[in-house]
Amino acid sequence: MKIGVIDYGMGNLFSVEQALKRLGCDVLVSADQTSLLACDALILPGVGAFQDAMKRLHDTGLIALFDKVVATNKPLLGICLGMQLLFEESEENGHWQGLGIFKGYIKQFSGKDSLGKSYRVPHMGWNDLQFAKSPTWLDQLPEERYVYFVHSYFATEMDEGDLIAYAEYGDVRVPGIVQKGNVTGMQFHPEKSGECGVYLLQHWLHAVEKGVATL
Amino acid sequence: MLTKRIIPCLDVKEGRVVKGVQFVSLRDAGDPVELAKFYNKQGADELVFLDISASHEGRETMVDVVRKTATALAIPFTVGGGIRTLEDMKRLLRAGADKVSINSSAINRPQLIKEGSDYFGAQCIVVAIDAKWSEEDGTWMVYTHGGRNKTEKKAIAWAKEAVALGAGELLVTSMDQDGEKNGFDLPLTKAIREAVNVPIIASGGAGKVDDFYEVLHDIDADAALAASIFHYKETSVAEVKASLKQRGVAVR
Repeated sequence: MKIGVIDYGMGNLFSVEQALKRLGCDVLVSADQTSLLACDALILPGVGAFQDAMKRLHDTGLIALFDKVVATNKPLLGICLGMQLLFEESEENGHWQGLGIFKGYIKQFSGKDSLGKSYRVPHMGWNDLQFAKSPTWLDQLPEERYVYFVHSYFATEMDEGDLIAYAEYGDVRVPGIVQKGNVTGMQFHPEKSGECGVYLLQHWLHAVEKGVATL
Repeated sequence: MLTKRIIPCLDVKEGRVVKGVQFVSLRDAGDPVELAKFYNKQGADELVFLDISASHEGRETMVDVVRKTATALAIPFTVGGGIRTLEDMKRLLRAGADKVSINSSAINRPQLIKEGSDYFGAQCIVVAIDAKWSEEDGTWMVYTHGGRNKTEKKAIAWAKEAVALGAGELLVTSMDQDGEKNGFDLPLTKAIREAVNVPIIASGGAGKVDDFYEVLHDIDADAALAASIFHYKETSVAEVKASLKQRGVAVR
């Protein structure tokens, strides 16, 4: 099975690539739309600022890829910033339009809860996932549920139906896994999340292979 | 619930792990990738590689160590030591490091923090602060070069400045406690924790299991880092985490 990692010049592609290879996938890291669309599924990674990432997607023309991904029901997994880009808008350093596949916008952690108690930003480290429901690509929830988060912004005002799992931080419900049709997002880094990360990636890949990664 | 992190630190020189008491006498404690695998198995939450190579070749070897670690393991890790430019950061992050830690280079040119943070996001930029109490100044001062050079900077003020410039995390090492095994520097960690709102890694002085409880529970540091007590198997990451869990501290 061949997985395409979208290379638009943002982020830690090497770790994602290695995690997929450890799970037995052929991996293509590329910015070429035709080659990417020939893969069985795509991964949108990303580390950095939202507006830089969107700008890179526009500059490279890769922005056009996502309509095709949705139209052809190609499984797509966005990781960390890659997940945030799938939403409508972000308030990171201004207001920036995202890909709009998911309803909702990306907001910064305030660092203070509703009682005025401060909490640390970024949200950094291992937090446990609470599952609102099971994604279509997972028939059994993982036993080990700690995953590695490192981010200062989170998705909010999203469609409840798209929320699969979340983590609690400060007084924020942090969407951890979202899914809408063929498109899945993970706010944490599954490629860095030990046992649970491996489990989630493995099941997503398995569903891709069986052609059941979409609703 | 977000858990407290236990972070073994691997001092790497020319591709091999070493650790010196008070940064002076060095003993060889093994291969970095093998040690990384060992700590991953024990439940380490992250790793820090501190490159203490002096040569250009040594730094190239470090990129290789990073690549091999990221190839073998699904564990987050930070690399520090000898990072002076945005290019240095890029090389390490592209090789699979999750965060880079900068120390002297940030003091020499604080703008490096901002450049890194703007480019990669604050979450990738750790500022390491080596602090030592100064009777003369009545506060903790920042030191560089493994504690040999005293700077003009006060540790608490520098912590605030680093965060304002975009540091996403601070690695606070007590030069008074480092290598002494008398426990973490609680007043220093507390002072810095209260001064800023980013996660704090306490470092220097871990000598026994209880030391971790004090700094993570009493002082509420977000993470604790240690080297020798793990490398020389005086305790283990698993033992520390089991003890913390038993005492009600959230660990993975």
